[in-house]
Amino acid sequence: MSSTEGDLLHVVTVDDISPGRRSFGRGIVWAAAGLVGVVVILQLLDQSGHLQIGWTSWQPTLYAFVVWAVALCWAQVLIRGEYGKRALFVMPAAIFVAAMVIFPLIFGLGIAFSDWNLASPDGRKFNGTDNLVQMWHDPFYWNALKNMVWYVLAILPEYAIAFGLALLLNAQIRARKFFRVAFLLPLMLSPVAVSWMIGKSMLEARFGPISRLAREVGWDNPAFFSSPEMARFMIMAMDAWTFIPFMMIMILAGLQAIPKELTEAARVDGAGPWRGFWEVTFPLMLPVSITAILIRIIFKLKLADIIINVTSGGPGGATDSVTSFIFREYRDRSNVGYGTLLAMVYLVIIVIAMTILMKLADRWMRPKF
Amino acid sequence: MTEQIFHDAPGEAGYRAKWWTSRVLIYGILILWAFICLFPIYWTITTSFKRAPDVMQGNMVPWLNFVPDWLGWRSLGLSPDTIGTESTVRAEFLKRFLNSTIISVSASTLAVVLGSLAAYGLSRFSYRFGFMRNSDISFFFLSQLILPPVVLALPFLVLYKSLALLDSRIGLILLYTLTVLPIVIWIMRDQFASIPTELEEAALVDGLSIWGAFLTIILPIALPGMVAAFILSLVLTWNEYFFAALLTSTNAVTLPVMVASQTGSQGISWWSMAALSFAAILPLIVIGVILERFIIKGMAAGALK
Repeated sequence: MSSTEGDLLHVVTVDDISPGRRSFGRGIVWAAAGLVGVVVILQLLDQSGHLQIGWTSWQPTLYAFVVWAVALCWAQVLIRGEYGKRALFVMPAAIFVAAMVIFPLIFGLGIAFSDWNLASPDGRKFNGTDNLVQMWHDPFYWNALKNMVWYVLAILPEYAIAFGLALLLNAQIRARKFFRVAFLLPLMLSPVAVSWMIGKSMLEARFGPISRLAREVGWDNPAFFSSPEMARFMIMAMDAWTFIPFMMIMILAGLQAIPKELTEAARVDGAGPWRGFWEVTFPLMLPVSITAILIRIIFKLKLADIIINVTSGGPGGATDSVTSFIFREYRDRSNVGYGTLLAMVYLVIIVIAMTILMKLADRWMRPKF
Repeated sequence: MTEQIFHDAPGEAGYRAKWWTSRVLIYGILILWAFICLFPIYWTITTSFKRAPDVMQGNMVPWLNFVPDWLGWRSLGLSPDTIGTESTVRAEFLKRFLNSTIISVSASTLAVVLGSLAAYGLSRFSYRFGFMRNSDISFFFLSQLILPPVVLALPFLVLYKSLALLDSRIGLILLYTLTVLPIVIWIMRDQFASIPTELEEAALVDGLSIWGAFLTIILPIALPGMVAAFILSLVLTWNEYFFAALLTSTNAVTLPVMVASQTGSQGISWWSMAALSFAAILPLIVIGVILERFIIKGMAAGALK
């Protein structure tokens, strides 16, 4: 999360850009912008029935926008010469992200405050803060938020396991490559396949191998998804299974970057493995650990696939994450307006929580001495 | 036989015992975790070759306690005896497979191209777009990671509907590019920052333009990082389910959606589900085994900064 910057390249260039070239550059940007404007107006007229062009979708507007974006990039070079060529590195990605995120977000804000059911013929109606009031009284949404807290807390044991595995992989062992590949594989599997392979098949109450094992151990009637706590635990376990390799690899990279001299010095000074770990390795790993945990939290907040496919939120919403809840809100009720509002509130909560977390992490990582 | 000259002191015997227990413990844990990681995959492969009674009895070792049969693969139309004949299931599976391949490869390529350019620019030049400096632009890109997909899902559903991009590959490619772009930028920024600027300075003195220097000098050096970013994007986009489930219905359906839609139907036939799941994860298992060091490199890049 830190903002690293490499050595900047400083080059002095002589640009003599003729006024004609400059005004041509400005010209194409404005012409393209004009094109977008004209197309939008034509589309609006077409939509409202004042004109008969026969455009069935808004794609012409999209094309006009693409033309404008290309013109904007080209004009950078025309107007600013060498500096424009440099700007060209960042411009495509910036325009892409801005178009794909900022516009839908603003559009989404509009949807969030309206009553819009895609299944009903009425179309969209602005309804002010009705959705907010509905959300306030929606026990299932609060329940899903509460579940998210549990899911995020489950990262701590995941982190402990990942750290342990990374330490083992960093030890003097044979067949290191085999173990590394084996440990990495769960991360490669799609959550949907995992939810079938483990959630539906291996945890099947009658003849799944894990149920069999549970019966051997003495649990007479293994049911993994009937009690709320157990179901939530199973979801956490499956998610952990896929994502432990992720943290493990980040921590392993950190461990390998620790100079050998430090741990050796600790050993020479008489620190046993236990003290050596807690007083040398662990503090040195703190920055990497915090980065790994923060990224893991970000991924965890998107958790949905396994829940949708294994329990679809049940029993009684005990395993619902916010994402899976909104997914069903749309799937079952086509309720776009309310669903978007819930998502927006979630985003606000996430941004606030992550900002606080990152501030705390920043303070914590700062050297104390 | 020669006489052993050097002997352990009596006090060191305990040391050896301790060493052996620690070895046993380390390998025990490693093997246990490897088993936990690999068993579900093994279970899926074997189940795709089982008949109904074998599934019910929980027979696990092929040839020893059940006779492998092409049951699951036959239902997919991929067994040796059905591969030559017409099969609607196979046709559908291949279509989904093709969709997944096209979408994930295009999205990853696009993300790596856009992301590498942006990362290079950010690591080399100081920009000023309005109030935004370099660190602000970096943050703007990386902050997209925090954005949960659900926030964009419904607005995109409506937008794509009016743009006639719903249920199209292009629509999914654009969205997937957006979701993996921050990760690519993150990896590539570290990659470029580790390349000394003297290289470009020399190239510029020799008369190359800045783009020429980037394309001919820097890009080949940064290639391993780009491969790492590409593989990581490929994994994420191949497995993506949420957007695909919302935004596709018939034409552009990807493999995860196909797998998920089979689980819902009642009377799951274990063998065919197992075959389908395994076919869906096989490409990534192959990539994971062959290109493991790139994946690790990609994920490690972020850890050390």
